[in-house]
Amino acid sequence: MISNKKYTFQICLWLALFLFGLNIRAQQTPAAKQAEAFVIEGATAHLGNGKVIENSLIMFEDGKLTFVGSAMTKIARKGMKIKGEGKHVYPGFIAPSTSLGLIEVDAVRASKDQDEIGEMIPHVRSLIAYNAESKVVESMRPNGVLLGQIAPIGGRISGTSSVVQFDAWNWEDAVVKQDDAIHLHWPTTFRKGKWWEGEGRGYQANKKYGDEVKETLIFLKNAAVYDSESEIKNPILSAMSGLYTGKQKLFVYADGEKEIIDAISHIKDVGIKEVVLVGGNHAHKVASFLKTSGVPVLVGATHNLPVFDEDDYDLPYKLPKLLVDAGLLVGLQNSTASNFQIRNLPFYAGQTVSQGMEKERALELITGNTAKILGIDDMYGSLETGKSATLIISEGDALDMKGNKLTQAFIDGREISLETHQTELWKRYEGKYKGK
Amino acid sequence: MIKKLLVTTAMVFCGFIAMAQDYFPTNEGVKTKNTNYTALTNAKIYVTPTQVVESGTLLVQDGKIVDVGKSVTLPKNTVVVDISGKSIYPSFIDLYSDFGVKKPEKVKEKGRSAEYEASRSGFYWNDHIMPENEAITKFEYDDKVAETLRKVGFGVVNSHIQDGVARGTGVLVTLNGKGDNSNRILDDRSAQYFSFTKSIAKKQSYPSSLMGSMALLRQMYHDENWYAQGKINTKDRSLEALARNKNLVQIFAAGDKGNVIRADGIGDAFGIQYVILGGGNEYERVADIKASNAKLILPLNFPEAYDVSDPYAAAYVTLEDMRNWNQAPANPKVLAENGIAFSFTLHDLKSPAEFKQKITRAIDYGLDKTTALKALTTIPAQILGKSSQIGSLNKGSYANFLITSGDVFDKNTILYENWVQGTKNVISDMSLVDIRGDYDLSVGKEKFEISIKGTPEKPKLTVKKDTVILKSKLAYTDNWLQLSFADEKKTGSYRLIGYVKENDKSITGKAVLPSGEQTNFSASKNTSFQVKKKKDEKKIPKAVAVTYPNVGYGYTNIPKPENILFKNATVWTSEEAGILENTDVLVKNGKIIKVGQDLSAGSAKTVDATGKHLTAGIIDEHSHIAALAVNESGQNSSAEVKMEDVVDNEDKGIYHALAGGVTSLQLLHGSANPIGGRSAILKLKWGESAENMIYDNSPKFIKFALGENVKQSNWGSYNRFPQTRMGVEQVFDNYFQRAKEYEVKKKSGEPFRYDEEMETLVEIMNGERFISCHSYVQSEINMMMKVAEKFGFRVNTFTHILEGYKVADKMKEHGAGGGTFSDWWAYKFEVNDAIPYNAAIMHDQGVTVAINSDDAEMIRRLNQEAAKTMKYGGMTELEAWKMVTINPAKLLHLDERTGSIKEGKDADLVLWNGNPLSIYAKAEKTMIDGAFYFDLEKDMELRTKVGKERNELINQMLGEKEKGKKTQEPKQSKKQLMHCDTLSEYLH
Repeated sequence: MISNKKYTFQICLWLALFLFGLNIRAQQTPAAKQAEAFVIEGATAHLGNGKVIENSLIMFEDGKLTFVGSAMTKIARKGMKIKGEGKHVYPGFIAPSTSLGLIEVDAVRASKDQDEIGEMIPHVRSLIAYNAESKVVESMRPNGVLLGQIAPIGGRISGTSSVVQFDAWNWEDAVVKQDDAIHLHWPTTFRKGKWWEGEGRGYQANKKYGDEVKETLIFLKNAAVYDSESEIKNPILSAMSGLYTGKQKLFVYADGEKEIIDAISHIKDVGIKEVVLVGGNHAHKVASFLKTSGVPVLVGATHNLPVFDEDDYDLPYKLPKLLVDAGLLVGLQNSTASNFQIRNLPFYAGQTVSQGMEKERALELITGNTAKILGIDDMYGSLETGKSATLIISEGDALDMKGNKLTQAFIDGREISLETHQTELWKRYEGKYKGK
Repeated sequence: MIKKLLVTTAMVFCGFIAMAQDYFPTNEGVKTKNTNYTALTNAKIYVTPTQVVESGTLLVQDGKIVDVGKSVTLPKNTVVVDISGKSIYPSFIDLYSDFGVKKPEKVKEKGRSAEYEASRSGFYWNDHIMPENEAITKFEYDDKVAETLRKVGFGVVNSHIQDGVARGTGVLVTLNGKGDNSNRILDDRSAQYFSFTKSIAKKQSYPSSLMGSMALLRQMYHDENWYAQGKINTKDRSLEALARNKNLVQIFAAGDKGNVIRADGIGDAFGIQYVILGGGNEYERVADIKASNAKLILPLNFPEAYDVSDPYAAAYVTLEDMRNWNQAPANPKVLAENGIAFSFTLHDLKSPAEFKQKITRAIDYGLDKTTALKALTTIPAQILGKSSQIGSLNKGSYANFLITSGDVFDKNTILYENWVQGTKNVISDMSLVDIRGDYDLSVGKEKFEISIKGTPEKPKLTVKKDTVILKSKLAYTDNWLQLSFADEKKTGSYRLIGYVKENDKSITGKAVLPSGEQTNFSASKNTSFQVKKKKDEKKIPKAVAVTYPNVGYGYTNIPKPENILFKNATVWTSEEAGILENTDVLVKNGKIIKVGQDLSAGSAKTVDATGKHLTAGIIDEHSHIAALAVNESGQNSSAEVKMEDVVDNEDKGIYHALAGGVTSLQLLHGSANPIGGRSAILKLKWGESAENMIYDNSPKFIKFALGENVKQSNWGSYNRFPQTRMGVEQVFDNYFQRAKEYEVKKKSGEPFRYDEEMETLVEIMNGERFISCHSYVQSEINMMMKVAEKFGFRVNTFTHILEGYKVADKMKEHGAGGGTFSDWWAYKFEVNDAIPYNAAIMHDQGVTVAINSDDAEMIRRLNQEAAKTMKYGGMTELEAWKMVTINPAKLLHLDERTGSIKEGKDADLVLWNGNPLSIYAKAEKTMIDGAFYFDLEKDMELRTKVGKERNELINQMLGEKEKGKKTQEPKQSKKQLMHCDTLSEYLH
């Protein structure tokens, strides 16, 4: 027993040191507000809306794009010149439904803030726990991932997310769209076996599915009739009100055909205006239903295994294409992955090209489409005059590992640092060996 | 009167039983001895499955068979029972039973840490080795259970305590309810039993895996020999029992096709031929099973069809499971056709009552009836060496037999009696008259129509007055019919009672009218009952073909090497020659014969590779796919376990990896302990057996591990040394010091205890076995190299090695290579300083670097992972590509054989549709030793084929449901995806 106490003490001490360590090795200093205008000339501009401009001219000032067009255009170049020849410009990539900034190290419980207890907890908000100085968040930027939707997980209704940009002093600076959506994990018709109780490891029927759906609907119906004028406040139901006015979106996580049809049909019935399907492993099988319902899909990242052994080996690679071909609005998410993997977002998109997707369409999966799905397309997701100058410049094709080498990146016109804890260590040890 | 007679007969036979105890005093009456005989005459007698006497006589006395044959002389004092038209069979024997032996209770988990030490003293060091257990000491006869077994034809079972790895001896017992343990137990120590499964009553953590159980059994036999030499001063009752049980029949509960082979392999190493309990899927590996020469005990656990009427739910059922439903009932037939001897067991059936349905199913699927009968009688008797006592009706055998209405395996046959040691047990009354049929009933002046259906024993009644059906009740026992029905107009009921005689056209008797008035009734039969033969009853679903492996995307034929000329490719040699444009590569007999321009194909088939890229197959230095287990975590060293023992050749991960251009991998033990298990190095020959996937003359490797996992930081275990990095060093130091001393003793010529673990460590110190060491932070990496240097060897590879960049100079000096992730970090505390530039920095310092996966998903994109070294650290295309081909080949000591495109090397090649380092590239063909194990075109065909077969099987199963057969709920059987720290693969 004594030794156990000692362990507890040691762990506390150790974690304290660890957290302290985070502070003394904070991320790169956030960039100041854009002071001077920039001109990028001669680069291939991938606009994020399906269009591409070879030999482009891009200008931005006060954080906004003032010109996006051909370099052949006769127009005055205003601002500091950036040589774009041979390079590629893209809108900053957007990672929806992630736990970036909520989890620092997967195996260290003290560093995890994504999963609150409770089944229906829409009032729980991710934004205030978002660590703008996370080393993992910082590591997104050199790969071009500049924005993200930070979402809670766990329970049925997990809480409220916010959209942030990845170069900030704190969460207040970081926020792009506050409390943008509520996240609902729809019940599943099949569940994983409790192997530790002697059941198989695979899926088996979830006999409680019907009841779980009913419980969810009762909650949604109650939230719909909640009287915000009442003197007695219910913070939980109150947190749902934006869904019924259309101010907030409902992100519903469902993978199977039945679950998708159930979820979308019921949610529309209770008067929720904006719905986004997240997951959608089998969305291609109900694509026409989704099309008719007007529901966009944030499909699972391509770098995952097929769910069923007899699925085509390349199903995850081509699923986004199947959905795009069916006329749906599609973005990519990797909500089940570890945070550090989110920096591979451009490659998840690139993977679809091997399945016959056009490159510019593939780019939309992580830029223009995602911005529309998150409702931030007025400012982000594509390179268009008047929108935010949130963009990256890469030496080569940024959707391919071989070419993804950023020379510069901007968020709202601010030139951000591309250094990280990792590049610092790289340089430190390159120096060690060179010094020998 | 008949009833009385029956009672008398039973008493007569009870008398026989008492004789066994004739020296016992009695105070219940006068002491008697019954020397009468019983003869069953005019029966079709199966003396053995192949020796049948038509219209024969079976003569029984004192619980044994006195004579059998066509003409048997009957002594004067013989009770003769004429059973003409009936058949007599020897009753059945089950070799794998737990009858009368209570299963040990599962021990409750206490506290948060596993237990590593043995709980017993004076026994073997491992709690799961219990050869000293004897079922006889726990045996309590249970006639309720015995009755359920007798009802389906069993007379003798071999029972044991079904718990633990070494389970001790079984007891051979008859199901004689009238006897007692003085005569019903035929053998106190009938066989010795083993399994791969731990005791549920013991908590000792080792073995925590299948490979651990295998290693434990091997060491147990080594220790038995050592103990037998008298070199151990202390007493070990387990090893003594093991030696004592040596000459018994050795039965191994394997329970699966692969485990049958595994068990047999252990037996072979120690000169033991086990009789092996199968799992019902042996047909899938019939050639290997036959080669084992083992006699099998087969379960009849054929799965029910899945209820696939909900298409959403049906999607969860794998093709593998659907096929198993379709194919498994043919398992006995296939084994029989291949000359494999087997007996049947009730083990794994939900209830013995299922037996008849299951055995007839096996026969419907083509099992020959004689073989079926042998498997229930003569074979189990032979296996036990008891052929003269049980399993046949030869003179001198126990009078254990069945009386049936006909063919014992026919669905409509009635089992009348099951005699055990001369005791008659009535299952179904033979003298009962079948009253089924339609009758005209007259009760007094009233007329009714009655119809009797159902079974002879439980007939069902309908009574009609004109066209109106009346409420009615029927009871029928001992040929007494008792019947009542209500009159719709009058209050009260008619009650009828009558005795039925064989062959009478009508039934008559007394009737009591609703008024209470008594009269007679008469029911005359106008139509006899006829069993409606259901159409399609015998029709079995069309069998689908077995593939290699027998899962979705298995091949109909195992791919064979072809002679191929790849014409006009961009060839990535992974050699100094670099990347060659417009180049041909000729493959013959599994080898790369020539690399050059304008080669002539000769007899080889040409593959036009214009615009395509040809590379050596990708090699993954660190993988856990194709494994049935990953960690033996029960001890801080498990050098005795072998991953080669647990290769899973059916893992779809193999196919996925091939589709990503991977041809070879090192299947590593996990990182749950500092000294892990020995590796399996595989070629991913999808379709081949596990044994054929393992490299010939494979280089020898072992997994070591450092850091958080070995000190058990991230799960609840606090009592296994080491808990700190300080302790990790001491584990290594101690083990190698002991191994050094072990080798000295071994070389000295003195007797020594053969220790599989120490043997492995000695191999390492002698440079015969190489270490792949899971490692993260620089301090421990440095430590490991210093320990190795102290004991005079070299750490071959640091795997993961995420802080390798901090000590790359020291690694170079030591001579260690590194296999690393391209960009993983932040998943645990010790990877805080992991950087994606690691590979490039180590490479620049002259370390041989490979990019590895440790992941079933990432393994299929290792080409892309290699490309990340260009992004992070600026590697050239050529050097990046080497990191997944020749570099891992070097680390695995396979570079003379594979890993590059060079004349004379194995033809392990991948054809890509573009630059293989690009995210846009796709592997089109993957070749190993000259055979295509993945081909995109073939894959397209397989997709269609899999879809069609699923549909066919779904239709078959829907057909079963429509026929009213039992179905089971859809579910998915899925294997666990494994990583280094996967622990839970082997719980009960």
